[in-house]
Amino acid sequence: MNDWLLALIELILFVALAPLFSAWVKRVKCWLQNRRAPALLQPYRDLRRLFAKQVLLSHNASPVFRATPYIIAGATLLAAAVVPFISVNLPTAAIADVIVLAGFFALARFFLALAGMDVGTAFGGMGSSREMTISALAEPAMLMAVFTLAMVAHSTNLSTVIDQLLAQGLVLRPSLLFALLSLVLVGIAETGRIPIDNPATHLELTMIHEAMILEYSGRHLALIEWAAQLKLLIYGVLIVNIFFPWGIATSGSPGALAIASGVVFVKLLVLGVLLAVGETVLAKMRLFRVPAFLVLALTLALIGLLSHIILEVG
Amino acid sequence: MSRFDWLSELLARCEDEHVLVRHGSATRLALVHLLDIDHEDWGRFAEVAQQQGCRWVALWADQIDADDFNIDVCFEYHGDYLVVRAPLAIRQPVLPSHTPWFPAANRPERHLQDMFGIAFSDHPDSRRWTRHQAWPEGQYPLRRDFPAGGEPTDDTPPDSAYPFFQAQGAGVYEIPVGPVHAGIIEPGHFRFQAVGETVLNLEERLGYVHKGIEKTAEGRDAAAAARLAGRVSGDSTVAHSWAACMAMERAARIGVPARALALRAVLAERERVANHLGDIGAICNDVGFAFALYQFSRLREDWQRLNRTVFGHRLLMDRVIPGGVAADIDAAQVDELLRQHSTLQAELDELIPMLDDNPSLEDRLLGTGVLTTETAAQLGVVGYVGKASGIDYDLRRDHAYAPYHRLQVESPLYHDGDVASRLKVRADEIGHALNLMEQLLSGLPDGETHIDWQAPASNAEGLGLVEGWRGEILCYVRFGEAGRVARFFPRDPSWLNWPALEQLIHGNIVPDFPVCNKSVNGSYSGHDL
Repeated sequence: MNDWLLALIELILFVALAPLFSAWVKRVKCWLQNRRAPALLQPYRDLRRLFAKQVLLSHNASPVFRATPYIIAGATLLAAAVVPFISVNLPTAAIADVIVLAGFFALARFFLALAGMDVGTAFGGMGSSREMTISALAEPAMLMAVFTLAMVAHSTNLSTVIDQLLAQGLVLRPSLLFALLSLVLVGIAETGRIPIDNPATHLELTMIHEAMILEYSGRHLALIEWAAQLKLLIYGVLIVNIFFPWGIATSGSPGALAIASGVVFVKLLVLGVLLAVGETVLAKMRLFRVPAFLVLALTLALIGLLSHIILEVG
Repeated sequence: MSRFDWLSELLARCEDEHVLVRHGSATRLALVHLLDIDHEDWGRFAEVAQQQGCRWVALWADQIDADDFNIDVCFEYHGDYLVVRAPLAIRQPVLPSHTPWFPAANRPERHLQDMFGIAFSDHPDSRRWTRHQAWPEGQYPLRRDFPAGGEPTDDTPPDSAYPFFQAQGAGVYEIPVGPVHAGIIEPGHFRFQAVGETVLNLEERLGYVHKGIEKTAEGRDAAAAARLAGRVSGDSTVAHSWAACMAMERAARIGVPARALALRAVLAERERVANHLGDIGAICNDVGFAFALYQFSRLREDWQRLNRTVFGHRLLMDRVIPGGVAADIDAAQVDELLRQHSTLQAELDELIPMLDDNPSLEDRLLGTGVLTTETAAQLGVVGYVGKASGIDYDLRRDHAYAPYHRLQVESPLYHDGDVASRLKVRADEIGHALNLMEQLLSGLPDGETHIDWQAPASNAEGLGLVEGWRGEILCYVRFGEAGRVARFFPRDPSWLNWPALEQLIHGNIVPDFPVCNKSVNGSYSGHDL
């Protein structure tokens, strides 16, 4: 029972901190660009404002359009429940493994692409088409990176994977290094960050993710925005907790949990800085370069898998 | 320099083509040759001008009395400007089109068609252009019988019937963009036909910010006309008011004090630097490189704040007045300006290499939106769009007006014609502008900053030509009774550069359009008038 309570608290923390992580990345970016940054609470204020606003629906909007924000938010929430945030061996980890995690993201994306086309605007369809092009390449790369992990840890359950890696101690495994690089590239593409997509742009013709949600307003938009922030944090937590698992709580004792919270917080701060640096020094990629970028991710994952088989097995 | 040494050759060609030149005058429109021809010869003259290799510059009409128009077209050749004038009876307002010889004449002719009701025969595309639905078909706002305040209308009906170009085929889809955009930019409509992400065709639809500038200018005195000219396009306020003042001063045959001319040039160069700084940042931002946007916005902001302290206006609006300038600077302010030059130069020395050395930026800008030299020459583009595509023309050097005739004017030239070249032209021009201002400020002549305006005689006319930051600005003014303006026509460089955007986007991908558009950065307001 306690475990379930802990899992619930962790999930609430996960969801509640997602806007803060986005705000942190934005803050570092502002610093790097010699700007004054908005308050760290700004994303929360934006969400509150959007939740309070009226929802405007196009006359052509079908139930798919109206249901999509809830499906996206729900799927992303479930995904967050599966990813160990502060401690491992939670009962929620048993619900689903990492392949289902990829499935949750795919489900959310499928509905988002449908919603983009639903209203029939040119921008929505354009965004959906681009999103599907990207995901068709990003998903195999992600699965391949995940399979590398699974082979190393002999499990596709994230909690077990982390346990295994912790048990193995500090060993430099080339396979994991390649999987990490691959997952970083996939994460950037999937969360719509520079150099793949620009979340801050107002230029409709260059948008991918934003183009699909142009027609959303009010609480619908708030849910989608929140889900996007949550997705960014999920990828962040995946990267720091799987590849740098040290510090994560393996027991439910308050001391371990406190330490683990502090450690994951620091790890995410560092990751946020790295993301912001990357976004500052890079321009957005030309759309037709994106497949090459993702093929690189796929290749890295494949090399990871092969190097595991060749170097680490036996 | 030998001016108009080619004119006899052109006149010989006219004779061969049986174009009757009734008068030729080098004085009626000072510094510009004016040829009078018959309207029957209008089309043949375009052929002659094209054979000669002239560049098409501008077209305007003027209703001189109840029954007649004067139609003027301006050509440029080797830095000399030639205006050709034909009378046209209002009863039968038909002229042969120049568009088959000069594509640049396309939209200006349609503008005359909408504003004066002059039909152009053999025009390849005679759809309306400036007229949306604000006034009905068959009414012509620039004719004398049209009231200055416009006809009272109810709500303007929606303009949904404009016949856009259509493309059909498997997988072709249409993307309408604008006129309302997500960012705070001017309104314009862009209609794309695309296959996948590749642009098959782009059609521009402008005219959403038509303000009736030409009509409102009628009846103004010189000072008010100069103020209006400063609002044709807010980012080119110095250049447009200078061009208008130059036209009016030439009409009134007034000499402007040397100090005023030098200060005008300083103002114009400051405007150039401010806009180029803004554009460099904005181009980079359109490919997601926000760092440059904030750095260059900061530089531009500092620059404009000093405009305010020294000259009294951030954008330098209304500083150029007929007869001189409305601002003067003392030695301390000269030092302040020079200090800012060195600060800016030092910052640019750091920032520009950062842009040059960034591979991801290079990847987006190199080879994007290529305008070939051939197309550029055909369209007659000007300013940085031309200079990036191998068109080596700068009024300040090639048609040197005071005070540039005594200065060393450099002009950058690139041949690739892509977004990166247009960015480089801007960066180089900032450096050159700083040099020019240093020359100007170190040898600033003493004396008056303006002389009193004297109203010219009725029908006095003048042509002003100024290199604005976008390129060549032409302004035609004719005075009527009591020193009031009877006809005012400002031709922003955007008239010539907007069509280039439709060409250079071919074969590019849809998401590269914003950066291509920003690299051309046509003025909507200056074009829509």
